[in-house]
Amino acid sequence: MTAKIRSAPHGGARITIGPDEAQLLRSMADFLLRVVEEPEQQDELAALVGISSSATQPEDPALARLFPDAYTDDAEAAADFRRYTESDLRRHKRENARRVASAIPEWGGEIVLDAEDVQAWLQTLTDVRLYLGVRLGIETEEDADALRAAAVRDESLAAAMHVYEWFTYVQDSLVRAVWQEE
Amino acid sequence: MTAMPVELDEPRIGEDIRPDLPWVTIVWNDPVNLMSYVTYVFQKVFGYPKAKAQKLMEDVHYKGKAVVSSGTREEMERYVTILHQYGLWATLQQDK
Repeated sequence: MTAKIRSAPHGGARITIGPDEAQLLRSMADFLLRVVEEPEQQDELAALVGISSSATQPEDPALARLFPDAYTDDAEAAADFRRYTESDLRRHKRENARRVASAIPEWGGEIVLDAEDVQAWLQTLTDVRLYLGVRLGIETEEDADALRAAAVRDESLAAAMHVYEWFTYVQDSLVRAVWQEE
Repeated sequence: MTAMPVELDEPRIGEDIRPDLPWVTIVWNDPVNLMSYVTYVFQKVFGYPKAKAQKLMEDVHYKGKAVVSSGTREEMERYVTILHQYGLWATLQQDK
């Protein structure tokens, strides 16, 4: 894993990745695309005008993390907010993931991102990490440390943690590359 | 927490109709998002200087949550939407 990330003019970035990394990034972006796909709509008219028929938080905890309630103290307001915004948020996340997937050269190499691309990448990298974090059972900061320790004796966990840590590394590097020092 | 300036010396007609209390956007701590990223997002979304963004990030991290903005309900809903796009765990509520 040898991703190199540098800043480029006007809030952009240059990312150089190897073939394995290109494949990993593309497969996770494609996976995310399916994860945030619109669930089956009961109400076709609502779907047509972009209102989600779902008013409750997704049952899958990973999806619930990607689409959290906007109100904690008002269930009705949370349901209304979700009905009118969740479809847009799903679409936004899909557009980001598509943008990431389509930028990755098949065999790796250099990717040049403009400022808008960078935001899409940061958001998609976050979505992937949030999803993996829930699946790995990371609920506290100590959980991640415990998983790292357990991964020494567990090959499949080690592979999953490796993916998680790689996304962490890429995201942190990308943030630091584009950070505008005030 | 932000405080609304209160004008005590001007009696008003129809005092049972209170003006809307300000609304606040809250960001909650989560174990996945990076400190660097959360600080960056606060700068990007709210235009805060780095020191302020950093302080808010630390409040989120060490206190479990922080009020990151206040204003009208519509403004706060817009911010919550943007923060959800960035994957931050954000909610809004009326400041009490």
